[in-house]
Amino acid sequence: MKRSLVFVLGLVLLVIASGCAKKPVATPTPAPAPPPTAAAPPVRTAPPAPPTRVEESLPVPTQPLSEDNIANRSLEDLNRDSPLKPAFFLLDSADLDDTGRAIVTTNAAVLKKYPSWQITIEGHCDERGTAEYNLALGERRAVAVKAYLVSLGISPDRLRTVSYGKEFPFDPGHIEDAWSKNRRAHFVITSK
Amino acid sequence: MKHIPLSWLLGLIAAVTVVAALGARQQPSTPASQAPASQTPSQPQQPSEVELVISGDPGSPPRYAVPDFVSGSPDAAESAKTVTEVLWADLAFEREFYLIPRDTYSTVPAARSAEQIPFQAWRELGADAVVFGSIQKSGTNVTAQVRLYNVRTRQSVFSKEYTGTNPRLIAHTAADEIHQQQRALKGVARTKLAFSSDRNRESLAGPVKNRDVKEIYIADYDGANQRRITTTRDLNITPVWSPDARAIAYTSYRKIVPDIFVSLVYQGILQNPTKGQGSNFLPVFSPDGKQMAFMSNRDGNPEIYVMNVDGSNVRRITNHPAGDASPTWSPSGTQLAFTSDRSGTPQIYIVSTDGSNLRRLTTSESYADRPTWSPAPRNEIAFAARSGPGFDIKVYDLATGQTRQLTFGEGTNESPAYSPNGRHIAFTTTRYGRVQVATMTWDGRDVRQVTRDGNNWTPSWSN
Repeated sequence: MKRSLVFVLGLVLLVIASGCAKKPVATPTPAPAPPPTAAAPPVRTAPPAPPTRVEESLPVPTQPLSEDNIANRSLEDLNRDSPLKPAFFLLDSADLDDTGRAIVTTNAAVLKKYPSWQITIEGHCDERGTAEYNLALGERRAVAVKAYLVSLGISPDRLRTVSYGKEFPFDPGHIEDAWSKNRRAHFVITSK
Repeated sequence: MKHIPLSWLLGLIAAVTVVAALGARQQPSTPASQAPASQTPSQPQQPSEVELVISGDPGSPPRYAVPDFVSGSPDAAESAKTVTEVLWADLAFEREFYLIPRDTYSTVPAARSAEQIPFQAWRELGADAVVFGSIQKSGTNVTAQVRLYNVRTRQSVFSKEYTGTNPRLIAHTAADEIHQQQRALKGVARTKLAFSSDRNRESLAGPVKNRDVKEIYIADYDGANQRRITTTRDLNITPVWSPDARAIAYTSYRKIVPDIFVSLVYQGILQNPTKGQGSNFLPVFSPDGKQMAFMSNRDGNPEIYVMNVDGSNVRRITNHPAGDASPTWSPSGTQLAFTSDRSGTPQIYIVSTDGSNLRRLTTSESYADRPTWSPAPRNEIAFAARSGPGFDIKVYDLATGQTRQLTFGEGTNESPAYSPNGRHIAFTTTRYGRVQVATMTWDGRDVRQVTRDGNNWTPSWSN
């Protein structure tokens, strides 16, 4: 919490500084998100800025999430832009490849950092399999990811698997680009 | 008697009334279409030596005409029209008769009574058989007289009266009885299809975006009377009818983890035999209705299980680290066919219900799923086979080991389900644009679209 406050103050200073440099503040063109590293140095030396009116268009950096932001976000927000990334699969396959294992390993690190989180691993398939068999394939994808997480030290009590087969495609398209997005194990945080 | 207090008597009367009312509610009265039309069987007015079966010219099916039913009053006209059209379509569906198109009857004078039937004119139109029917209406009750005449002998071979509130059901009943009498054939005119659909366009919150819910629907075999069975605004899929056609088992995500529910659709009773023991999917009733086979992950991997319909006596049938899915019962109830990717690709296998005698059926498909065992006496298994970008319906003949193909790349075609007489197959197809339920004959002809609203999946055909 403290760190984020400092971070925001730094941003405010930066905006004020840039506003001073360019005298006419006519059009509120949204300034590009300042890299957080650039914001860090002035924080140490600058005295607390007096409360000034902040431009509405102050961009809030969304990309590099600080850890406190993760902890503070609601479940819904967390799941919409999740720190747990989906693992993708090849056609008809429930095997985690190297890329998939790397993603699950990263997710395991997040889960270790937030040991209270409960996770549902959703198994999804593309439309090129049948509706019925995809229920089994989605289950096996979810189970493969669960087994790998457990092997990395995550307690199975925190992990639930649900196969959705091809019932809930993430991309409704009928081309490989869509299918590749739909063959996934998707992580949903159900409580934190 | 005078010692019994009045309040006690009143209480007794009230109790009896409540019990009677409850009893009345137990009647399967909810959907009017299900109430069987009460029939007053009247024997054909012919001596027993009369030949009842109407035949056509040698080598061709008998040609039937179904002219407009006569309405006894103006308010019966709509019912008369419905019964006429539905009876025509029902008699055409089994392809045992050739139904002369109704728009060619203009040369034939309409008969107001059976005595006026212009047999000569029907003969000139090429009819071997002609239906004469009349409709009376009293309140909501419709009474239909249905007679079938042999045009050559001018004799009535079938004569019955039906009363009910649903003209379509009256026509379906008459069609089934005519098929039974003329062809010793169990017609499907009174059967229903169950399927899942997203037509209600409701959605539930998903982690990334909203997700379209699916609900279970039923419809008459010809697509009429589509009605919604589940209302949980969740994912409800893979419905199957019980053999008595009074219950539908399905996979539901209403508790997030998929589980099996059984809806006694005419009583409004819901059962949950698997009770959340792991994830449970793809239920299918045994032919005697006493057991269910299903897929479950309860031991960590998708396997096939069998249980009693009340959820007791769960037995594991398969045991393999690959995925096993899509069980279907043999007509005798002693074997199951299912899908497994233990060979590396999904293929059809059969196994005895004690887990013995496992063998692989499909060997020349790259992907085969949703086996559906035909009713006896046909001994074959329909399935969906990958063919190019999509799937087509194929049939494996258990006696010969031969496979024949029923659809040929018109859209993708999945989820075959046999009609109870084995003469038709319902399936899903994308040939009309979205995913729709259609029916076809067992040899792949006469494809008819059953659903039109939304997307519709995984049909099951009732007895």
